[in-house]
Amino acid sequence: METEKKEYKVIGTRPIRHDGVDKVTGRALYGADFQMSGLLHGRVLRSPHAHARIISIDTSRAEAYPGVKGVVTAKDLPDAGDKVADLGEGAVNLKHLCDNILASDKVLYKGHAVAAVAATSPHIAEEACTLIDVEYEVLPPVLEVRQAMEPDAPLLHEHLKTTSMGETADEPSNVASHIQHQLGDPEKGFAEADIIVERDFVTGTVHQGYIEPHNATAHYNQDGQLTIWCSTQGAFTVREQVAEILQYPISKIKVVPMEIGGGFGGKISVYIKPVAALLAKKTGKPVKVLMNRADVFEGTGPTPASYIRVKMGATKDGKITAAEAYLAFEAGAYPGSPVGPGAMCIFAPYSIENLIIDGYDVVVNKPKTAPYRAPGAPNAAFGSETVVDEIAEKLDIDPLEFRLLNAAKEGDRRADGPVHPRIGCIETVEAAKAHPHYTAPNGKKHHGRGVASGYWFNIGLESSVTINVNADGTINLVEGSTDIGGTRSSIAMQAAEVLGIPAESVNPSVVDTNSVGYTAVTGGSRTTYATGYAAYEAAQEVKQKMIARAAKLWEVDEANVQFADGEFSCINGKEEQISFRDLCGQLGQTGGPVVGSGTVNPGGAGGAYATHVVDVAVDEETGKVEILRYTAVQDAGRAIHPSYVEGQIQGGAVQGIGWALNEEYIYNDEGTMTNASFLDYRMPTCLDLPMIDAVIVEVPNPGHPYGVRGVGEVPIVPPMAAIANAIYDAIGIRMTELPMSPDRLLKAMGKI
Amino acid sequence: MPTVVIPPLMRKLTGGEANITLSGATVREVIDNLEDRYPGMKERLCEEGRLKPGIAVYINGLLTRGSILERVDTDAEIHFLPAIGGGMAEPSN
Repeated sequence: METEKKEYKVIGTRPIRHDGVDKVTGRALYGADFQMSGLLHGRVLRSPHAHARIISIDTSRAEAYPGVKGVVTAKDLPDAGDKVADLGEGAVNLKHLCDNILASDKVLYKGHAVAAVAATSPHIAEEACTLIDVEYEVLPPVLEVRQAMEPDAPLLHEHLKTTSMGETADEPSNVASHIQHQLGDPEKGFAEADIIVERDFVTGTVHQGYIEPHNATAHYNQDGQLTIWCSTQGAFTVREQVAEILQYPISKIKVVPMEIGGGFGGKISVYIKPVAALLAKKTGKPVKVLMNRADVFEGTGPTPASYIRVKMGATKDGKITAAEAYLAFEAGAYPGSPVGPGAMCIFAPYSIENLIIDGYDVVVNKPKTAPYRAPGAPNAAFGSETVVDEIAEKLDIDPLEFRLLNAAKEGDRRADGPVHPRIGCIETVEAAKAHPHYTAPNGKKHHGRGVASGYWFNIGLESSVTINVNADGTINLVEGSTDIGGTRSSIAMQAAEVLGIPAESVNPSVVDTNSVGYTAVTGGSRTTYATGYAAYEAAQEVKQKMIARAAKLWEVDEANVQFADGEFSCINGKEEQISFRDLCGQLGQTGGPVVGSGTVNPGGAGGAYATHVVDVAVDEETGKVEILRYTAVQDAGRAIHPSYVEGQIQGGAVQGIGWALNEEYIYNDEGTMTNASFLDYRMPTCLDLPMIDAVIVEVPNPGHPYGVRGVGEVPIVPPMAAIANAIYDAIGIRMTELPMSPDRLLKAMGKI
Repeated sequence: MPTVVIPPLMRKLTGGEANITLSGATVREVIDNLEDRYPGMKERLCEEGRLKPGIAVYINGLLTRGSILERVDTDAEIHFLPAIGGGMAEPSN
């Protein structure tokens, strides 16, 4: 495993991405492009109510409508019983999973799927949906986490009881689970503090905003083989979820991942894929189901709104003595908010001996939340990094210097207990402090500068890669990881490095679930790390097999063959040498094809840190915050393809800026989202942003052969707090509610 | 012998003890020995011979996927923590 910086031939270079031409010429095929003979079109009927009991569903008028070929409801799903499904990524209650696909007894959010129609055209399907008669008993919605935690709050699930590390409460509640982490003696730590700051924070519901809506086409062959073509972050997890929901053998399901137009965590859960399959089964025809933007906002998982309370204490000389956090996250309609990751990450940039963190996962009448880039960590960091800034300010210590005084390092305990391996927290803060941005003048009226740090733990999980060697010296690399941010290239480059060939000599393919070994989702910042690791292992196997071929060619023992920089050479006195490419041309006469495979399930993903610096200008008249300059520093461990690392850093920072300043689901009292379009759900555009200066720090991860750390998630963690701290620097007001939109700024300034 | 760090919400079972040192060559053996010393522990951690959904085990700081079958060194540090599946799935009820 790598711990020191080495020189590489391929790693660290910037080749053109392998899928680039197809994408810029419009030839890459996405789910909505899929066509098939006899294709029907599906449309989902969604609930108009945020909370209601379903009394009856009458589909007869829709079924009689000309062009309609089939209608399905929850009655077409197998009985889920009380089973817990293990989906590799975690265990979920199967009834909750099924009810989120098609509601059975209750609808729990506006937009909850109730029924679906397959017809000969999308317009007929949409029209037929209006002919489905659903009788509801409307119930009061619960739309906010603290309201949902009240003892007398309306219950979403009559049988849901709070669990606390294996212990279940007696009474039903909207609080699905309680977690707690503790280190040392927080009471003693606060007693030792010279200064204590405590604040409450509120964050809004925010969507990933991927540009491509969900899509799925399903078809059953005559032999019962189900094939699903779709946009997904993980073909294998689609197969698992569909198998559980439909109670159908995984061996009879093939999932074909099409190109993906963004996901950010939101395309792991399934929504319309099982519905397309149900409709295909019912009609005997292939069925395509597409979401529109309103469906995406109202019917898929956003990241949760949350209520957070943070208390931290420090000595006069700037040492944090204790920290306390209370995190209450909205799970949406079914349990499963990212409060666990939030609790794990909230104080991770710091070495704190005494702390306590309580986290609550709470159901509310909103769509079931889904992952979104470092799920839970941005909410948590908004609280902790704002409080850290306030302590530094009150102690008159430079905020980055304060972070260095308390920075987490190798050997320190994380809040949840395990010890940090080699990490790059200090290095990111030092790099931010040394950056010209941090010392540039910024003294204009209503201009401010803010900083914040963030952490994401990253994950490993299973990946498989197969390499087939071609006679012309190239290799075909077969993988199962959806390529969202250039991972075809970052994976191919790791194999190329092992084999001493150019990245362009690797032909990477993302294939279906029948064509590669099990591979977990593209999520958790794991793909370049884990699938890259599998590619490294597969390439090592190829290398060993090629060494054997060279030995056969030269009639020497394998131990007498050396491989370096793409050249095999004989080291027993013979003057033999052959390149990888030339040896590939002799595979036929040395034994036939060479294939290498690698499968990994690594546990040493290595956490990632980021520190951001931002300058803002606040318009006192309108409350608008303009981002003037933005620098994002991040530890990538080893940047395999620096351009794609920079792209991830920039993308994460931009999404964080949107989350900080504008993005939120705006609900009316009935629980209807009133801004379910990109016109009203305000995401940043290039007109809102300066160039994001991405600075890569490399502290190699000892858990990967090239030192890779995941890079996709941590850049969204610091922006909200960094911008809040910059706003404070500009106008002297601590903003504690997201988004920090013009109306909230004006209110905070006393202007409205 | 391996050391188990007891989660705060389970320390009632150990009389407040946070770190328990006991024998065991696998996570399963460690849990069995925990149960012998602190009855009720196994029920909180396991069901049907597996870790409960929503509970993960870390050995020496690394998240293990083999759960209770995982081997542990004599000086291993074991943490039972809320399971986190890449932020995707939290424990079900």
